[in-house]
Amino acid sequence: MKAYIRGTGNISPQRTFSNDDFLGNVVSYETNMLFCIDPVYKDFINPLQLRRMSRTLRMGVTAAKICLLDSGIEMPDAVITGTGFGCTEDTEKFLLSILNNNEQHITPTAFIQSTHNTISGQVAIMLKCREYNSTYVNRGFSFESALLDSLMLIEEKNAENVLVGGFEENSVNLQTTFGKVGIWKKEQISSLKLLENKTPGTISGEGSAFFMLTGKKDEHNYALLNDLSMLYKPKTDAEVESHLNDFLRKNHINPSEIDLVIYGLSGDEGTDGIYHTIRDSLFKNSASAYFKHLCGEYYTASAFALWMAANIIKKKVVPQSVVLDAKPASEIKNILVFNHNRDINYSFMLVSQC
Amino acid sequence: MSRRVVITGLGVISAIGDNVRENFSSLKAKRTGIEHINILQTIHKGILPAGEVKHSDEELLQLAGVSENTGYTRLALLGMIAAREAFISSGAKKGERKRTGLVTATTVGGMGGTEKYYLDYIEPGKTGDFVKYINSYDCGDSAEKIADSLGIKDFITSINTACSSSANALMLGARLIKHGRLDRVVAGGVDALTKFTINGFNSLMILDKENCKPFDKNRTGLNLGEGAGYVVLESLEDAQKEGKTIYCELTGYANTCDAYHQTASSPEGAGAYLSMSKALVMSGLKVEDIDYINVHGTATQINDLSEGNAMTKLFGGNVPKFSSTKAYTGHTLGASGGIEAVFSALSIQNNIIFPNLNFKEKMDEFNLVPVTELEENVRVRNVLSNSFGFGGNNSSLIFSAL
Repeated sequence: MKAYIRGTGNISPQRTFSNDDFLGNVVSYETNMLFCIDPVYKDFINPLQLRRMSRTLRMGVTAAKICLLDSGIEMPDAVITGTGFGCTEDTEKFLLSILNNNEQHITPTAFIQSTHNTISGQVAIMLKCREYNSTYVNRGFSFESALLDSLMLIEEKNAENVLVGGFEENSVNLQTTFGKVGIWKKEQISSLKLLENKTPGTISGEGSAFFMLTGKKDEHNYALLNDLSMLYKPKTDAEVESHLNDFLRKNHINPSEIDLVIYGLSGDEGTDGIYHTIRDSLFKNSASAYFKHLCGEYYTASAFALWMAANIIKKKVVPQSVVLDAKPASEIKNILVFNHNRDINYSFMLVSQC
Repeated sequence: MSRRVVITGLGVISAIGDNVRENFSSLKAKRTGIEHINILQTIHKGILPAGEVKHSDEELLQLAGVSENTGYTRLALLGMIAAREAFISSGAKKGERKRTGLVTATTVGGMGGTEKYYLDYIEPGKTGDFVKYINSYDCGDSAEKIADSLGIKDFITSINTACSSSANALMLGARLIKHGRLDRVVAGGVDALTKFTINGFNSLMILDKENCKPFDKNRTGLNLGEGAGYVVLESLEDAQKEGKTIYCELTGYANTCDAYHQTASSPEGAGAYLSMSKALVMSGLKVEDIDYINVHGTATQINDLSEGNAMTKLFGGNVPKFSSTKAYTGHTLGASGGIEAVFSALSIQNNIIFPNLNFKEKMDEFNLVPVTELEENVRVRNVLSNSFGFGGNNSSLIFSAL
């Protein structure tokens, strides 16, 4: 199962919203919670609509628009999104309005926009796209499930072009809440030095990254998404390695042919070990990159990594800011994105030259 | 890709029963599960009607076979109970060498726990027993709890397309089997009644203060419900080889988008028409082959108008027998497609059509009268089941006798 990546749109804690700039000047944050850098939204959405939109709705719809423009496809055959928490701000706003007013004097706007499929619905309304529309909400498999659905639609010939995206919206309340179950680092760090502190926990982030997947070959295409695979709650490192070996074998590629591996290193000493184990056993001769120091950890962070992989192949450059150690090979033909979220949701994406 | 996908297991828990047998007997007896709210702690308790599952959270823990509550929400428990019934009824056993997946759906996820303890969650430094519910905050928690309780490991995901969620779960499950990615999929959905949804729908002013009246001229809104419905999907080839009981085949499905408004369907039902007609094309059936439509039929002004118009457009003057079962269970949101898939399978298996309760007078806009009495010993070969949701998501499924 494969499809080409024809366009991208990425709003993140870095200046990624312009497809011309590829992580040239990265921003360092002196906080453990990262938020996106906003593009000028009114360039993409009319001000009347904009006023009613929550932050994530702006980010999602705009990232989708950037992707549509970039791909040159005006009307996709399907719109699919993935998100763990959905529309955080509107969910919190509506929840607090219930709790603080004892269920009285409640207005529906935040409720309407709190649904996880708000962005896929809004994009469809914006485009008048009456085709397939879905939203996946399964933690670290949310974006991956959306991608899998897209690849299947293309293979079934039920769609030629699929607009697929992953989004997540961070908040102070999420930070406080999940701090209580030990997800975040206790000490404040500098985001670009994420991997330097060998301590438990990571930093939180957010983002909205959309892709136009297509079954059609075109010189405009960025890269080929060969396949992806998910692994749920592996019990041992050996299980991860064997799953990954099966995945590569199925796609007729040897570990030695992977020029670059993008690891989902989150700086959490408790869960980063598997990345080092796999690198030592399978990818000693491949170059290594990482990305969560740029965007933070969130359920759909792998979408940021896929955006990076597509751009590395298209622009034939590995930005210095993402290089883990060894200098990458001069030509990158095959990239493996290897990510996991909280040692529960493991995913592998194989991206190649067209 | 040519694999045919069949249903080999059914599981359901709703306001009208804890399992398939109890639901079936309530459906036949015209026994509604909608009463004034009694279990959920809300200011609407005793005032607004809803289809609650008639058990406390503690009783659900027991029904689900959970000995210690380490953070199980009502939603996760409902999902575990119905998914387990489906899994067992398909003859599945834990640890079999079949690639098995779970595709589940929910709209509120762990909101039931979150809304109880949220002010504690967000107060910096505050700690206590509530911490065990934090990881159930999102939609993915119930998927993991259901999968882990059944030993499902090969694939898990969750869908939230509002009220069409679990119809889409069946669709994805079938496609995963057709693509040869999995051998067996437990597919369906679950939602629990929460203050979040009650107040959300109440603020939209689409809740009926009495029992809902789907497709009636004087309908004034929906009743919310809660529950879970799951089916087990397998390839026809595997099911026949293993001598499984086959309830029906999933012969057609389609997911389309109304692309009209975030919460309201278009009056002419453009998306609904598209999803029904595309599902029909896929099944290879003709309009006259459909024996029964289990309509979405929420009893809101706009849904029933939109759905009825779409049915009239597709079927012309010969709209098949139809009924909404929402006056039994309430609108169970992300669970409705799964629960109604189970009801559709029962309809085919027993050649029976369930009545649309509370209907008195037909709507002015079209000449559509639902089935209002139980019809037994009627030929039910093909059932169309509709699920429509916020965001304009429209999904239709077609179940057929083998």
